[in-house]
Amino acid sequence: MATVTNTPVSDLLKSFKLKTKQQELLIRVSILCLVYILAFIIRLFSVLRYESMIHEFDPYFNYRTTLYLTQNGFYDFWNWFDYESWYPLGRIIGGTLYPGLMVTAVLIYRILHFLRFAVHIREVCVLTAPFFASNTTLVAYFFGKEIWDTGAGLVAAILIAICPGYISRSVAGSYDNEGVAIFALLFTFYLFVKAVNTGSLAWSLASAFGYFYMVSAWGGYVFIINLIPLYVLVLLITGRYSMRLYIAYNCMYVLGMLLAMQIRFVGFQHVQSGEHMAAMGVFFLMQVFYFLDWVKHMLSDTKLFQAFLRITVTCAVAVGTIALGLGMLSGYISPWTGRFYSLLDPTYAKDHIPIIASVSEHQPTAWSSFMFDYHILLFLFPAGLYFCFKRLSDATIFIVMYGLTSMYFAGVMVRLILVATPAVCLISAIAVSATVKNLTVLLRSKNKGVLTGSTKGSSSSKASSKALLDQSQPFQKNGAIALLFGAFYLLSKYATHCTWVTSEAYSSPSIVLAARGAHGNRVIFDDYREAYFWLRQNTPADAKVMSWWDYGYQITAMGNRTVIVDNNTWNNTHIATVGRAMSSYEDEAIEIMRSLDVDYVLVVFGGVTGYSSDDINKFLWMVRIGGGVFPVIKEPDYLVNGEYRVDKGAAPKMLNCLMYKLCYYRFGEMLTEYGKPPGYDRARGVEIGNKDIKLEHLEEAFTTSNWIVRIYKVKPPNNRW
Amino acid sequence: MAREKSSKDNAQALFHSLRSAYAATPVNLKIIDLYVGFAVFTALIQVVYMATVGSFPFNSFLSGVLSCVGTAVLAVCLRIQVNKEFKDLPPERAFADFVLCNLVLHLVIMNFLG
Repeated sequence: MATVTNTPVSDLLKSFKLKTKQQELLIRVSILCLVYILAFIIRLFSVLRYESMIHEFDPYFNYRTTLYLTQNGFYDFWNWFDYESWYPLGRIIGGTLYPGLMVTAVLIYRILHFLRFAVHIREVCVLTAPFFASNTTLVAYFFGKEIWDTGAGLVAAILIAICPGYISRSVAGSYDNEGVAIFALLFTFYLFVKAVNTGSLAWSLASAFGYFYMVSAWGGYVFIINLIPLYVLVLLITGRYSMRLYIAYNCMYVLGMLLAMQIRFVGFQHVQSGEHMAAMGVFFLMQVFYFLDWVKHMLSDTKLFQAFLRITVTCAVAVGTIALGLGMLSGYISPWTGRFYSLLDPTYAKDHIPIIASVSEHQPTAWSSFMFDYHILLFLFPAGLYFCFKRLSDATIFIVMYGLTSMYFAGVMVRLILVATPAVCLISAIAVSATVKNLTVLLRSKNKGVLTGSTKGSSSSKASSKALLDQSQPFQKNGAIALLFGAFYLLSKYATHCTWVTSEAYSSPSIVLAARGAHGNRVIFDDYREAYFWLRQNTPADAKVMSWWDYGYQITAMGNRTVIVDNNTWNNTHIATVGRAMSSYEDEAIEIMRSLDVDYVLVVFGGVTGYSSDDINKFLWMVRIGGGVFPVIKEPDYLVNGEYRVDKGAAPKMLNCLMYKLCYYRFGEMLTEYGKPPGYDRARGVEIGNKDIKLEHLEEAFTTSNWIVRIYKVKPPNNRW
Repeated sequence: MAREKSSKDNAQALFHSLRSAYAATPVNLKIIDLYVGFAVFTALIQVVYMATVGSFPFNSFLSGVLSCVGTAVLAVCLRIQVNKEFKDLPPERAFADFVLCNLVLHLVIMNFLG
């Protein structure tokens, strides 16, 4: 006979036996901890494969400013005028950047140093984005809990931890504003929804601070300051006006606006720019609503109130329209800037602002990008919308609006898939959580129904109807199990897809290129850094480097030399001057270069390696941007029958312009591929047209080992004798 | 003409009923209303001053006007929360929130004054 032996071990285990609520709490906390660690680890692929370095172009500027902040302190940083970029003009960095990211990184750096962890600031910068991605999962959990329930919160945290749409801009090494800004965005939205739900001033104050952090971190704060008034408007229209909404919106608007104006780059835009006027309009509308509500509350006669209502509404609308009209006509309220106007009218940038149109991240999104970045979330999103509409409340209306507006913008511009990701994850989490909950209720209810039916003959009608239901559909339990397995399969496929996407597509540093050699071994092209360090060590300290604006930030950060134009692109005419110099004949270009005091010219060339993001492929944009300001540069001069060619049949202006000569100098003798003639351009797949290039005013200074970066020195003018 | 007369009667009746209803509100709410009125009046004075003299240090003008508007709005929020209808929030908590928000508001204003 088996008896229960009271060994010390079983006594110990019994003492750990927890009640259901405590078990649930333990499960939730452990899931959140695991998700937190997962969100951090999945972003570390490039650090493990290459090294801990900053990726891409923009992060180098952020790194340089962070370095300056650690070395010189906040006061010098806030008032910094940089003479090392935009050569004759300089740039007021203190007044033209969003300081949130740099200040956050330096804060983390100082805390670690206080705890005696002597890390280099570069390590902190590289790992800032994954750290904030982990924090975003926590915020997503609380947000899901606020909108639906804890189950949805957990699923939201898991989905957003590995969603490729978010990973693309927050891998380790991608030290860019979006890494911190998405955390700030979701945090602000969570605090605001919490404020609307509770009607407490403290939560509204917190949301104002969240908004301040978002404004300090990214220019995309315009989305918040337009979505929240739109949400308030929708609530007013659907008759959900309440005191809680009044308190939440007003406190957040006034305090948030004041705090936002402390950032110099934003300045007075909250009262002067057309993009921020929606918030102000809704602010005044709320005052009108409150006033009408108060009068209605005090008056007992409804007919009198109707008359009063009519008068007040007409007055308010008239005053508002007149004020807005006066503001816009007199030019005091500036119209929507090109960057945001092109979101409403996608064709605007192509015709009027070539610089915005040339950025690859600003192109409209293809369906494949959606599938690539969202996977199963794409069809869980409409399912989640259905559930939200079934249980409408102030919070679900918000998430529906956030989802729909952000999906529209994600369709217009690839870069904005990032902004839509939290909404998509939250709404999909609602779908998953509600479905799984319903299925498990089905699984559990059958047992309960059978039990109560058998033990108590005359049980409640609910139990008996449940038993009846189960009898009519005998395979309900099996169906539920099958569906649960299906859901599990889909979610595991999602996890596999996300890991694969992160590993293959989003973990490349862009500054170090990798390829497979002939024997399958990995070949690393570190040409960019080779060139920048050559610049740093072999040129005089006050040398000025002319290159296309893509490389400006990297040259100042790693090469430590003055550049003519860089990625900030704040001065279109200056960039057009460089574009004109690159597309002119050498004699005209040397005049422009002498006027700008250029000492070195840097071009990127992919003909030897087959690297396709080089300057020859970007050349038409140089022509367009240059031609936009200087009509002497005409795009058809460089094309043959509308076609862009570099071989023998290319246009004569193309074969003799500065960019062509600098890229293909001495390339005519180069054997690049077995079986092809010398001078075969592997990136374009053709043999080049002009092989015998002579340079008169420039001489070759340095070409990297794989010919990717080529640096030329501008020769001083000849002595006149 | 009958319509005009009736609308005038309407306006008068409206005015009288509003007045009598307002007289019935409790004293502490009336004090808050007075405070709100004072804040709005100060804001109006500042706008008139700006219209005559010009808005040169625009940040100072904005900080002045927004501090008045901010205190008015926060006082209205306090009034809402202290009113009997907002049952689940104790008035001490409402007042503490009000003081905290005012503190933050005035700190930012002092930074923005320039």
